[in-house]
Amino acid sequence: MLRIGKLPIALFAGFIIIFPWVAGKVPAIGNYTDIMVFVGIYCLITIGLGLLMGYAGQISVGQAAFYGIGAYVSAILTTRFGLNPWFCMFIAVLITGGIAFLIGAPSLKLKGHYLAMATLAFGIIIFIIFNEEARWTGGPDGMVDIPGLSIFEFDFDSIEKYFYLVWSFVFVILIFTINLIQSDTGRALRAIHTSETAANSMGVNVSKFKILVFVYSAILASLAGSLYAHYLNFINPSTFDLFFSIKLLIMIALGGMYNIWGAIIGAGIITFLSYEWLHYFEEFEVIVYGAILLVVTIFLPNGLVGLPGMLKELFVRQKSNE
Amino acid sequence: MNDTTAENILEVQGVVMAFGGLMALFKPDFKVKRGIIKAIIGPNGAGKTTLFNIITGFFTPTEGTVRFKGRSIKKFKTHEIAARGISRTFQTVELFGNMTVLENVMLGCHTRVPTSFMASGFRLPGAKRKEEEMRDRALNILKFIGLADKFEEPADNLPLGQQKMLEIGRALATEPELICLDEPAAGLNETETYVASSLIKAINAKGITVLLVEHDMKVIMNISDEIVVLNYGQKIAEGTPEAIRDNSTVIEAYLGSEA
Amino acid sequence: METITFTGQVFQYLVTGITVGSVYAMVAVGFNIIYNVTEIINFAQGEFVMLGGLIMVFLHVAVGLPLILAFPATVALVTLVGVLLDRLAINPIRRPTVLSLIIATIAASILIKGTAMFIWGKDPFDLPAFSGRDPIIVLGAVIQPQYFWVIGFLVLIVIVLTFFFERTIIGKAMSACADNPDAASLVGIDVKRMVLLSFALSAAIGAVAGITMTPISLMEYDRGAMLAIKGFGAAVLGGLGSFPGAVIGGLILGVIESLGAGLISSGYKDAFALIVLLFVLFFKPSGIFGNIEISKIKRF
Repeated sequence: MLRIGKLPIALFAGFIIIFPWVAGKVPAIGNYTDIMVFVGIYCLITIGLGLLMGYAGQISVGQAAFYGIGAYVSAILTTRFGLNPWFCMFIAVLITGGIAFLIGAPSLKLKGHYLAMATLAFGIIIFIIFNEEARWTGGPDGMVDIPGLSIFEFDFDSIEKYFYLVWSFVFVILIFTINLIQSDTGRALRAIHTSETAANSMGVNVSKFKILVFVYSAILASLAGSLYAHYLNFINPSTFDLFFSIKLLIMIALGGMYNIWGAIIGAGIITFLSYEWLHYFEEFEVIVYGAILLVVTIFLPNGLVGLPGMLKELFVRQKSNE
Repeated sequence: MNDTTAENILEVQGVVMAFGGLMALFKPDFKVKRGIIKAIIGPNGAGKTTLFNIITGFFTPTEGTVRFKGRSIKKFKTHEIAARGISRTFQTVELFGNMTVLENVMLGCHTRVPTSFMASGFRLPGAKRKEEEMRDRALNILKFIGLADKFEEPADNLPLGQQKMLEIGRALATEPELICLDEPAAGLNETETYVASSLIKAINAKGITVLLVEHDMKVIMNISDEIVVLNYGQKIAEGTPEAIRDNSTVIEAYLGSEA
Repeated sequence: METITFTGQVFQYLVTGITVGSVYAMVAVGFNIIYNVTEIINFAQGEFVMLGGLIMVFLHVAVGLPLILAFPATVALVTLVGVLLDRLAINPIRRPTVLSLIIATIAASILIKGTAMFIWGKDPFDLPAFSGRDPIIVLGAVIQPQYFWVIGFLVLIVIVLTFFFERTIIGKAMSACADNPDAASLVGIDVKRMVLLSFALSAAIGAVAGITMTPISLMEYDRGAMLAIKGFGAAVLGGLGSFPGAVIGGLILGVIESLGAGLISSGYKDAFALIVLLFVLFFKPSGIFGNIEISKIKRF
C-alpha cells in the first residue's frame, strides 16, 4: 500500500495520454473527454482530502467552500480587474490558504464530530456569502464571461487541450503527494492518525501537521476551483453547496481513504455516475449516492482499493476454517 | 539557568496535583542525578503514573515546578519536550501499529533530523539524504535493541515483549538525555524481563539517565541506583535499593495495601 | 392602520425567535438522547423533522385522516424510520470508529433526503394550522396560534422526557447506558436495545417538531440539513448532553437568528446560527451547562 512504485504511475500516465484520442474515435464515448476534465479537477480536491482523512485522520465536510473560493477569486479578479488568470490563480491559492489557516487552527483542535460540524458550518457560511454578496459574486445568478487559460500565445480553448492541462496539474500534484506520503511527513501523519499521544511525545508537532495538511488540501481545492472557472467560463453558487462536500466524501469513501489511488478511482466513478450514467435518472441520483456511501461504510471500509486485500483475507480465513 | 553539566538533570519541586477534589500528588519532591537509574515505586494508586505524566509534560501540575537541566518545563508543549531531551514509553504500549518496526523508530528520529514539507514533496536531494540518514540511525538502534531482523514487520505483529523493546527503541531515536520508562517489565515473562533489564542497563551505560516506574521488585533491586517510594501521592522514602529494602515504612506501605 | 414601533418589531422577532428556537430545541433534545446513550452525533436528525412534516401532509391532507389520527400515525412512521436507521446504518458497522459513524449518519441523511425527493418532489408543502390562523396581536407583534402549539409541544416533551428518564425503569436504564455502557451491560441491560430506543425516541421528537412547524414555515425535502446543524448548534450551545441546555440553547439560538435576520440582514439569516455554533466550538465547546472535564473525557 505504501511502496507506490513508478509502474502504476507510468501506466496511468499512458492511459491519460491516449484517452482523448480513443474517445475521439469511438462515438459512443465521444463526450467522455469532457467528463474526464471534471474527473481531473475533482481529483485535485480528492487527493488533498484523502491525505487529510486517510493519513492525518481528520475530517472536513466543507471542502466545497475552498473549491468555491478558488473559483470565485479567479473569476472576480479576471473579470472585474482584468488581471492575468495565472496570477489570479496564484492569488486565489494564497487567499484560500490563508482562510484555511484561520479556520483550521481553531477547528483542528476539535475532535471527531465537532470537527465535522465546524467544517460543515464553515462550508455553509461560505456558500451563503457566495449567494448574498451579489455585488462581487453576482449572487445566485453567478458570474459569466470568465476568460479561458493560455500560455504565451497558446490558448487552451478546446476540450482536449484543457484535458491535458488539467491532468498535467493532477500528475504533478499526485507525484508531490506520493513523495510526501513516503517521506518523514507521511510518517508523521500516519503516526498522528494512530496515536496523537505517542506522536507528541516523540516530538511531532501534531497541531502544526494537522493544519499543514488542512491548508494543503484547501490549496488543492482552490486550484481545482480556478481551473473549473476557466473551463466553464461561468460559475454559480449552487456548484459549491453542502451536497458537493458530501459528494467528495463519497468519492473518498468509495475509492478508499487509505490509498491515494482511491481518491482517483472514487472521483472517476462518482463523476461518471453524475454526468453520464445517472444523467437520465435524476430523481434517483441522491438515493444512489446515499446507498453507495452507506454500503461502502458498512461493507467496504477500505473502499474499492481495499477490495483485493479484503477478498484475500476472506479467502485465507475460509481456507483455515476447512 | 541552562547548565547542561548540572549535577541534577531533573528536579521535582513542590509539585501538587489536584483533580477537582482529589489530591493525587502532594509534594513528592526528589532530584535525579545525571547518569543514574532512578526508580519510582509504590502501591497501586500511589500516583506514580500521574507523576510521570507531569514530568513528561502531559499534565500541568496544580502547583510546583519540574526542572529539567535547570530549566522549568512548564512552558513547553508536549512535543517540545522531546526536542529538549526527555523521551518516554507508555504503560500500555502506544506503538504505531500499522507502521513497520523500522518506521516506528524512524518516527523517533523526526525531531533530530528536521525535514521540510516542500523538500519532501519535490523529493529534493537534501530530503532524500535526510531520509537515508534517518533510516541508518533507525537501523542502528534496531541493532542495539536486537530487533534488526524484524525491521519490515508491522509493529502490531510483534509479541508484547518485543513491542515494549520497540517502544524503547523509538524513544531512543529522539536522542534523549533522560528517558522515562513507564512499567517496562509489565506483562513480560522472565526471559523478556531479563532482556529488558539488560537493555536498560546498556542504555544507561551510554550515559542516558533513566527514570522508571515499575512494580517488578527484582528488576528494581537489580538495576536501580536510587529509589523513590510513593504512597497516597506523597514520598515516603528515598535512597539506595538496600536502604529501601530495609525501610520499615516502605514495607508497611506495601503490606498494608497488598502490592 | 397601526404603525409598527421599533419595540413592536423587536417583540415580533422575539416571538418568532422563541418559536423557531423551540424547533431547534426539539432537534437538540433529539441529538442529546442519541449522544447520551451512544456518543454518536446523528447527522440525520434533521431528516426526522422533514419526514414528520411531509408524512403528516400526506396523511392529513392527501389521505384526509383527521388531525387526531394523522399526528400519532406520522410520529409512529417516523419512529420506524429511526429504528431502521439504527438497524441498517449504525448497528451493522463491524468496527465502529468515529469517522465511520459520522459517515454512516451522513449517508443515512442523504438516503432519506433522496427518498423524500423521489416521493414528494422538490416543492414545499403546507399544513393547515391546528387551531386556525387568526392572529393574536400582543404588544404590536403578530402571533400565530400555531406558535403556541410549537412551544407547547416543546414543554410537553421536556416534561415527558424528564419523567421518563428519572422515573421509569427503561428511562433509567438508558441513562445508565449513557454513563457507563460496560457497567450497564454487566447488570443485564441490553445496550443494543437502548441504542435502538434512543434512535426511536429521537425520531419521534423530530417528527413532532416537523409536524408542528410545517403550518408556519412549510416543509420541503431538503430542509433537514439546516435543521440538523442548527439543532446541533443549540445542543452544543447549551452543553452537549444536557436537556435543559438543549432547551435554553435552542431558544437563545432561535432568538439570535430572528433578531439577526430582522435587524441586520435577512439574506444571512441562516448564517447567524452557524456563526454562533463556530464561536461556541472554538471558544467554549462545553457550552453553557457543560463541564470542561466531561468534554475532555468524552472519548471522541
